[in-house]
Amino acid sequence: MRSRNVLTGVFLGAGSVAGTLLFRRRLARRRERVDVYFGDGSMVSLARPADADPLLRRARRILELAG
Amino acid sequence: MDAAAALARLREISSQVRSAVIFERGGKVIGSTFADEQRAKDVAGEAEALLTEAEGQRGAADGPAEFAQLEVALHGGSVFVVRDGDRLIAATTQPEPTVGLVFYDLKSSLRDLDTAPTPKKRAAPARRKPPTGAKKTDAKP
Repeated sequence: MRSRNVLTGVFLGAGSVAGTLLFRRRLARRRERVDVYFGDGSMVSLARPADADPLLRRARRILELAG
Repeated sequence: MDAAAALARLREISSQVRSAVIFERGGKVIGSTFADEQRAKDVAGEAEALLTEAEGQRGAADGPAEFAQLEVALHGGSVFVVRDGDRLIAATTQPEPTVGLVFYDLKSSLRDLDTAPTPKKRAAPARRKPPTGAKKTDAKP
């Protein structure tokens, strides 16, 4: 009986951790961001407003123009 | 394959791409999905400015590297710019696209263009060597 309770607790804990991870990942994906890839394989991801804002503005303009 | 055919194929294989412009640095538009030529030029101009700013984001300590591709994810959709040689393609998609797939499709479109047979200039006819010896003549003595 006790081992069943422990097992249930473990499953609930693991489920909540997995749910939180998925939620955070989805939230991060929804955030506006800029990912720049270079020829040498490096990548720069810009999410901070100070870095990303000028590029986000340009991209918004492109979306507007594209309709 | 010409630009119009490559773009038609792109729209056929990628349902996520809403619009696209193929252009060269300097703003020369090679082809686009827009009916309006001016709009295509404007999008190409903005895309070029976007990638110039993106290139500037690489830290000076990282050393110089060529731009390959970028994605700007917005709530209203995403903007992609992909480079292959001198050619670039800028595309817009729906929000939250399958990023890897879109990059692959855009790159394929640019490569389709590269494989297009370019009209070759006809080689100039080989010059005849001036005769060095005595001329043969049919005239009989």
